[in-house]
Amino acid sequence: MKVELRAITKRFPGVVACDGVDLSVESGEVHALLGENGAGKSTLMNILFGLYQPDEGEILLDGAPLTARSPADAIAAGVGMVHQHFMLVPVFTVAENVMLGIEPTGALGRIDRAEARRRVVDLSDRYGLAVNPDAVIEDLPVGVQQRVEILKALYRDARCLILDEPTAVLTPGEIEELMGIIRQLAAGGRAVIFISHKLREVLTVADEITVLRGGKVVGNTTPAEADEAGLASMMVGRDVQLVVDKDVADPGDTVLAASDLVVEDDRGNTVVDGVSLEVRAGEILAVAGVQGNGQTELVEAVCGLRRPEAGRVTLDGRDVTGLGPDHLFQVGLAHVPEDRQRDGLVGSFPVASNLVLNQLRNAPFSRRGRIDRRAVRRHATRLVEEFDVRTPSVDAAASTLSGGNQQKVIIAREFFHARRLLVLSQPTRGLDVGSIQYIHRQVVAKRDEGAAVLLNSSELDEVLALADRIAVIYRGRIVGVVDRADASRELIGLLMAGAVDEAAEVAPEAGEEDEAVTVT
Amino acid sequence: MSTATTDAPTQPPAEPPDDGSGGGGGGGGEGSGRGAAFGAALWSRLRALANALLLPALALFTALVIGALVMIFTDPNTLNQWSSFFADPVGALKASWDLVSDAYGALFHYSLGTPEFFGRTLTEATPLALGGLSVALAFRAGLFNIGAAGQLVIGATCAGYVGFAFDLPAPIHLPLAVLAGFAGGAAWGSIAGVLKARTGAHEVITTIMLNYISYRVLDYALRSQRFRPPGRADLISRPVHDSARLPIIDVGDVRFHAGLFLAIAAAVAVWWLLERSTVGFRMRTVGANPFAARYAGMSVGAMYILAMVLAGGLAGLMGTVNITGRPSFTLTSGYYAFLGFDAIAVALLGRANPAGVLGAAFLFGVLRAGSTGMQANTDTPVDIIVVIQALIILFVAAPALVRQIYRIKAGRATGQSFTTNWGL
Repeated sequence: MKVELRAITKRFPGVVACDGVDLSVESGEVHALLGENGAGKSTLMNILFGLYQPDEGEILLDGAPLTARSPADAIAAGVGMVHQHFMLVPVFTVAENVMLGIEPTGALGRIDRAEARRRVVDLSDRYGLAVNPDAVIEDLPVGVQQRVEILKALYRDARCLILDEPTAVLTPGEIEELMGIIRQLAAGGRAVIFISHKLREVLTVADEITVLRGGKVVGNTTPAEADEAGLASMMVGRDVQLVVDKDVADPGDTVLAASDLVVEDDRGNTVVDGVSLEVRAGEILAVAGVQGNGQTELVEAVCGLRRPEAGRVTLDGRDVTGLGPDHLFQVGLAHVPEDRQRDGLVGSFPVASNLVLNQLRNAPFSRRGRIDRRAVRRHATRLVEEFDVRTPSVDAAASTLSGGNQQKVIIAREFFHARRLLVLSQPTRGLDVGSIQYIHRQVVAKRDEGAAVLLNSSELDEVLALADRIAVIYRGRIVGVVDRADASRELIGLLMAGAVDEAAEVAPEAGEEDEAVTVT
Repeated sequence: MSTATTDAPTQPPAEPPDDGSGGGGGGGGEGSGRGAAFGAALWSRLRALANALLLPALALFTALVIGALVMIFTDPNTLNQWSSFFADPVGALKASWDLVSDAYGALFHYSLGTPEFFGRTLTEATPLALGGLSVALAFRAGLFNIGAAGQLVIGATCAGYVGFAFDLPAPIHLPLAVLAGFAGGAAWGSIAGVLKARTGAHEVITTIMLNYISYRVLDYALRSQRFRPPGRADLISRPVHDSARLPIIDVGDVRFHAGLFLAIAAAVAVWWLLERSTVGFRMRTVGANPFAARYAGMSVGAMYILAMVLAGGLAGLMGTVNITGRPSFTLTSGYYAFLGFDAIAVALLGRANPAGVLGAAFLFGVLRAGSTGMQANTDTPVDIIVVIQALIILFVAAPALVRQIYRIKAGRATGQSFTTNWGL
């Protein structure tokens, strides 16, 4: 099967999302579509999948024109898409989800579950997906849910498979596995289109790379010819520095100290089990861990959003255990939440309001309960400029901004009032290279001003780029604290997987005077 | 589904790489002076206003058209004409036209045609405006206040009791009655607010149940010696004393009671609270995204309680202007509770916006005031107005339907729907 997109153009009011884009993929090939947020990658794929109609251009499948008016047409033609946000019924089993909509039926319309199950097992084995057909979706980790989505497409006989930013939600281990699966899909004769903005992944898995910027194709290359720096500058349109420049930390007094924290999740399971850690002024402590090992709840407990069952949190020596977020803000804590759209922003509010969301009660934004709208606007205009937020105006609804710019709004707000402690949860998840680079620089600048930074990230690259010390969390416990100088990708990866003994072997020889790795 | 804006091309196209300064570029070109910016802001405001008015206007128009069809096909004489349509097509059309134009002509004549009728329209609109504000305020805080009816009944009961149980000079008596009405409604509304904040009980369920309880509370009060007029056994209260009645305002021949000023003042107050005060900002934040509100250190529960207290108070005022302004001045069983449901419709039509609520209340006032005159003079039953009101709300609640009918492209002028339509 050969899929060709020819001179595809799609306009939205005020923007040309795709501008004469050509793309061609063949069976057995992995074609990476690389570009920043807003480059038109998803729009292009939504056109191929029949969600949008192109204004100009045509789609050819094996030379025959395809007019997909809806996803149903595209699926019938053999195009499958795995979206970034899964479309699964959480309470159904894997097999039920996969067959949903095209259930094999026996006499009198009875659903032939055995047949569906057999086909799921068959496909799962053939492509090394290792999915239990009887597992219920909500019990499965995100990585496995994604494989169920891939199974759904294969079950519908997709010969061309589109994966939209598939690694954004995965842990480092799961990403490795997905790369293997993608190779197997291609080896099995499927054409795979892999959308991403992560250079390392693209270089690992792709046969061909097409780079989009501003809706146009700005480059075609292969992993053999390209390197990360070249791809990054092609994507962004200017030279990009991939390494964060920073001096060695010069830590001061302890700002945040958590001792023996025990925190439960919403279902009452103990997910943080006696964690103690310290963050000093002028240093970045990264809590590294695979998602779901308690770091989310740990951060919530530190930020006053979740009451710990036991233990103490102190800020500059003051006991702040159990204080609410409003109190903690007043003593100088700033928090960039993990789920930026849900917890960080009010999408329907203008950018200006979002920039003062937690500070409106303070002068100069209001006096005796009355909002000073000019002060709010002036502040917003200043921050938008200072933090390079790309928005048509400070009155634009936050939801109309791209993901990177939404995050910059939150960063601007929180960095502005961060005095002592800055807590960052997955600050660059899903963002493009340009935004990541920008945010990393800001974090280092804030550290150098003397703030204590607690970074919660499951991106190994980010942890290694920013941290001065790394605390690895595994199943609610800190299994090791490593100085950045002694941390290797391999060591942290092993600790994140809970392989403490192996980690001890690869750890650098502990010097005479200091203990580099504390494995507890 | 709204997959956020992961790859939606909302960013302006990438600027050309800047040569010298390494910054990301602070947006192209400074705005050309304040005048242009102000003009653009005014223009976008006007467009937003026109856009906001378009759908309700089309909803009203469509409802009137369908109302006309219902009239034609339920009127025996006109139907008769239609049965001989092929013999006399002009006759059938003329009969239909006459029927509809008479009915709507009467509707608007008896609501707007003379100063006297206009005064009645204003009087009808007054409680609806206060009730609409109640529902709108709660809605902006993320609460669907179905309980305006109950809050109205309790508010009217409190105001009425103060009105007939005491003998005081008017400058003290009337404000006291108004205060009692507000307090009664606020207390009743606060129950649902507290339940929501403390236990998470859904306000739709609790306010509906509180409505039923409020009717029985009033019935119980009406059985007591304190409420019952001497020598009466039925469920009716003593009339509110003159000193607690709203003064009648007479401008030209337009007569209405002073409750209208209360309603307008309330609309201004609600607007100021929501748009200009920090408390209102917190309320709106809780309404728009309770998660973000919590992360920003706001107390979501406290805002729910405050919103229900104020909404209840406004609904209480709706009852108050009714009992102290509507002739008879007596409480009866289930006292005007239906107005509490019309209030939901008014808030919906007014898009939970104080100015919109005033406009919607006026429109409903026209329909209510005009319908009795229409029935008396054209044999068109008042029930047709109920149908039209319901249709208006139906079309307002289903904007996609109206857009479909008039082939309007969805949300071109508003930033919000602008992007939501791009998602998956």
